[in-house]
Amino acid sequence: MRRIAIASGKGGTGKTTVAVALAESLSVENDQIVLVSDCDVEAPNVHLYLNPDFDQTKEVYVLIPQVDEGICTGCGICAEVCQYNAIIILKDRPLVFPSLCHGCGSCTLNCPENAIREIPNTIGNLERGIGNKNIYLRHGLLNPGEPLTVPVISALRKWNDSLSPQLEIIDSPPGASCPVVEAIRGVDFLILVTEPTPFGLHDLKQAHQVANELGIRTGVIINRDGLGEADIQGYCRDNSIPMLMTIPLDQKIGAGLARGDTLLDIYPEYKDKFKALYEEVGQVIEEALDL
Amino acid sequence: MTQLVILSGKGGTGKTNLSAAFAHLYHQNNPDPKAILVDADVDAANLALLLEAKELTSNPFIGGAIARIDPVLCNGCGRCQEICRYDAVSSQDEKYLIDSIACEGCAACYYQCPENAIELEEQQAGEWFISETSYGKFFHAHLYPAQENSGKLVALIKSRAQEELENSQANLMIVDGPPGIGCPVISAVSGANIVLVVTEPTLAGLHDLGRVLETTMHFEVQVEVCINKADLYPEGAQQIREYCKEKGIDILGEIPFDLAVPRAMNQGHPVTKFDPQSPSSQAITGIWEKLMTVVNQYSTGKELIQIN
Repeated sequence: MRRIAIASGKGGTGKTTVAVALAESLSVENDQIVLVSDCDVEAPNVHLYLNPDFDQTKEVYVLIPQVDEGICTGCGICAEVCQYNAIIILKDRPLVFPSLCHGCGSCTLNCPENAIREIPNTIGNLERGIGNKNIYLRHGLLNPGEPLTVPVISALRKWNDSLSPQLEIIDSPPGASCPVVEAIRGVDFLILVTEPTPFGLHDLKQAHQVANELGIRTGVIINRDGLGEADIQGYCRDNSIPMLMTIPLDQKIGAGLARGDTLLDIYPEYKDKFKALYEEVGQVIEEALDL
Repeated sequence: MTQLVILSGKGGTGKTNLSAAFAHLYHQNNPDPKAILVDADVDAANLALLLEAKELTSNPFIGGAIARIDPVLCNGCGRCQEICRYDAVSSQDEKYLIDSIACEGCAACYYQCPENAIELEEQQAGEWFISETSYGKFFHAHLYPAQENSGKLVALIKSRAQEELENSQANLMIVDGPPGIGCPVISAVSGANIVLVVTEPTLAGLHDLGRVLETTMHFEVQVEVCINKADLYPEGAQQIREYCKEKGIDILGEIPFDLAVPRAMNQGHPVTKFDPQSPSSQAITGIWEKLMTVVNQYSTGKELIQIN
């Protein structure tokens, strides 16, 4: 199976638009099973375009400590070993802050009295189903108010599936920190979607550096070409990043996407463009395998 | 003293352009004291690009520590791999190695290693800055790519900005927030009085507006909404109006799609400074005036408490 992720650095540059267009271009006609994993679990939007019937769900939880006060001696080792300040000792008794707990299990392992057991604390859930044009979709939803994004992304990517897709397309969250790393780790190729503004260029560099740290090959799509004057092409040239596609600033596209149409609904000719893009990406992946 | 945070849920709806315009408008109407400005989107920090910021100080940000195995002391027992919940320990021929990107710095292995062969190494995960701008002192940061703890870095710069707010004449802190609803957003909202959510009339904008409003319900903050690029899809704007009405939230104003915004961005200025007559600047000024009445309510409240 091939895995291609879409990231951007800056939010709102068109990651989801590209993920959906790529999936649509490759699914039906090529008789491929295409799975889209929407890893933007804080603000997932792919389902708004693919309208799936979610028929499977799963809770995501973090194991948090529960202290048996009858056994606890108040020694404070649990609070000492916790790196996230999720346990404090108050009047010789440990007090747990569930939303700070990363579920690492260190307190449980290190309690000399075995006074801690772990209980699940739900922080989000996963859903999957089949959407338009036979595209499989799965996504994660972080519960509002919960800070830990990474475990939801991690659970989504590990969700075992009887399905064996030929292609998985991962829609990454914006930014350049740990949620992006969790979303794109181990993919064969990363498409960076940007816009030609100073913000777009600044954040493209950040996202590109994440890919470099992880050793992932990248290519760039410029979206809303004409919006600004930032020299995206120059950055790509200087860093030997292939330019994969340019999508112009076009009111018709903006309005169509706003109402839930896909890029291929608006301009069907993008289907061939994305098929060609996938060929090009495939060659880069093959070349990498040969090395 | 009032802390105003700009959020959106969905990225790219205009948080930073709006924050810069607010900084400019506040300064224009209240030349002294100036506001305190914060960019809380530390992994894609762009507000500096619109403020002509001159860096005064730069400081390292120490994130979490990363575990490292001393190969001489390691006896190859595999305990670290067995207990690591982040798949960060790999092994080959009884040699164990920690993947520094996967490591969460939880230190479980450090405490469990029977040979004390694991060290925790503190990592510099970024930098934070105090800069001078014409609109006020500016607190911002750069989280290095692929790093963790963005929430911690947001909390750090916000606490420094809060100290400045308390120890200076300033009455207002304007915080350009991160997208999403996760840990950096929660750090950005902690301590805020007013959250302004800037949304756009798209299905995605509306969907993510709902999620960000749910998030703010966990905090005692006054929530206001404005719609950017409101004319892009009028039916979508209508849906947002109805949704907010249902929730009992006022819409402070609507900003039309306007190429003056990217032009101002290309020149590195807030749009209200670059082209005050543009339709977007006019709309933003209207929103700002309404927002200031909300801000003033908080300021007055504070003063009354101080007098008593």
